[in-house]
Amino acid sequence: MTAAAAVDLRNVTLAYGEFVAVKDVSLSIRKGEFVTLLGPSGCGKTTILRSIAGLVQPTGGEIDVAGRRIDNIPIHKRNIGLVFQNYALFPHKTIFDNIAFGLKYRDVEKSQISAKVTRALEMVRLPGVEKKLPSEMSGGQQQRIALARAIVIEPDVLLLDEPLSALDANLREEMRTELKIIQREVGITTIFVTHDQDEALAMSDRIVVMNKGLIEQVGTPEEVYRRPESRFVASFLGQSNLLPGRVTGVAEGLATVRLDKGHDLVAAAPASLKNDAAVTAIVRAQKVVLGPPDRGGPKGRIISTSYLGGSAAYFVDMGGITLQSIATIDDRVWREGEDVSITIAPADVLLLDEGGHRLK
Amino acid sequence: MSLDTSTSGFGWRAVQVFTVLVYIFMFAPIVVVIVLSFNASQFGGFPMTGFSLHWYAKLMQNESVLRAFQTSLWVAVVTSVVCSVLGILAALALVRYEFPGKEWVNTILIAPALVPETVLGVGLLLLIRFAHQPRTLWLLVLGHIMLALPYVVLVVQARLIGVKRVYEEAARSLGANRFQTFREITLPLIMPAIVASVLLVFTISFDNITASMFWRPSGVETMPTEILSMLKISISPEINALGTLMIVVTVGLPLLGGGLARYLARSAR
Repeated sequence: MTAAAAVDLRNVTLAYGEFVAVKDVSLSIRKGEFVTLLGPSGCGKTTILRSIAGLVQPTGGEIDVAGRRIDNIPIHKRNIGLVFQNYALFPHKTIFDNIAFGLKYRDVEKSQISAKVTRALEMVRLPGVEKKLPSEMSGGQQQRIALARAIVIEPDVLLLDEPLSALDANLREEMRTELKIIQREVGITTIFVTHDQDEALAMSDRIVVMNKGLIEQVGTPEEVYRRPESRFVASFLGQSNLLPGRVTGVAEGLATVRLDKGHDLVAAAPASLKNDAAVTAIVRAQKVVLGPPDRGGPKGRIISTSYLGGSAAYFVDMGGITLQSIATIDDRVWREGEDVSITIAPADVLLLDEGGHRLK
Repeated sequence: MSLDTSTSGFGWRAVQVFTVLVYIFMFAPIVVVIVLSFNASQFGGFPMTGFSLHWYAKLMQNESVLRAFQTSLWVAVVTSVVCSVLGILAALALVRYEFPGKEWVNTILIAPALVPETVLGVGLLLLIRFAHQPRTLWLLVLGHIMLALPYVVLVVQARLIGVKRVYEEAARSLGANRFQTFREITLPLIMPAIVASVLLVFTISFDNITASMFWRPSGVETMPTEILSMLKISISPEINALGTLMIVVTVGLPLLGGGLARYLARSAR
């Protein structure tokens, strides 16, 4: 597909005096794509969303939506759907008037408005609530109404600002699936802001991991999870062990890394790896495999065990280095104080250079 | 053991008696005025000599009272309208926008509510004298606006802080411009505060005596100053009738307004 980008950010910067919330961010989003901006609070993800919406004004750069430059036009002319964390349904208007609100300002015939509202309510699976007030609806229902209100105007892009974080845990997962289904049905380009990595991984076509106003990595959920580009991405997504060390030998595609406490770790060697380089080895907690102590390989002792139902999380002491391990429970749970063997496959070790970037 | 130990016993009885006494203290003067306004006696005091609407009839023929009533009404209505428009705009600016000197503007707007009225009365009078301007009815209106504006700003501001900005942001993202957003979202949401503050302003202006004494042009009386000057001559039962009418206006209006606000809230659905 060579279609023009649905949303195109070029060198967008936003500074509040000295504080730079977003630094020179460029990002291109395809039509119909579900892109998540993921990062800790204060990383600039919400600021980017609000820049696209027109609620804040970038101090530099350009924003195009549907092939039209929008960063210099007022909000109400941008044709953008916005869903807020706390729904922001107009409390004094009925559900019908809430959803019809945006249609009033577009050239939609009266008869059409009613039909469109009905269809939007069917789409969010809440038919027949037109006459109710927002206060008569539950949180989850209100968020569906907010979604209906945003998509009924057929916006060029749908912006979701942590829309699920005000819901309780069970509802949140249900809405996650539902939201994704609705987004697919409508085929609407969507930008989703969250600090919840599970939401990001479950819903996105692509994830934009942000930190301190900068994009750390853009990729599919699998890419950012399995092949983090930087120390930040590796530590933000999932549980990882970050082990500093030095390369002591490279041979036949395998590198030996001497860790701080004298352990050797074998890693698949990236092409650019130099002997004697200072590196940080990254190993996902799920890839630290524990076995009976007689199995060979490095030995360790369980420091603590957290039983999680289907799996268990361990902290293991490996001769002075504390490793995190998460394993599905097949036969037994390791108890505190037990000796174990530790196996880490070379393919499961990623190496970062001194600057914290992944070696390739 | 009885369940309602908390509503029996000596302590509770004492509280009940005391409460009733406080209410009597608060309302007895008002009741006296109302009751005596229907007294047939020549003198504006007890004992009652019979029921009569005579003093009301006399009041209706008293041209200076009618003129004072008209003046007060006119001043109060103009003050209410101007104060609510200015007050809403000021509250919007203070809550929704950032501008240099915001704290100062806020303080200066609220200040007339804190300064003693006598001081304000003398101050404005001296200022007018200094500027060589005549004392006109507009001066009186201007003074009342100054007195009442802080209350509108405070009441509307408090409400506006409670109206989350996301409602306005949502409306604008849906295609409403700033004015449409104000009319469709902000205004209806702050309407109870506006109704409340308009009534408050009306009452403040209608009841004001201290400052009005300084500001009124010579020969012009408002209701309160008229009553005061009538009292200087004698305690005529007519004053009781007038007082009763003023109570009806100042109590009835808020009740009416409250009812209206409830009606508006219901029909807005």
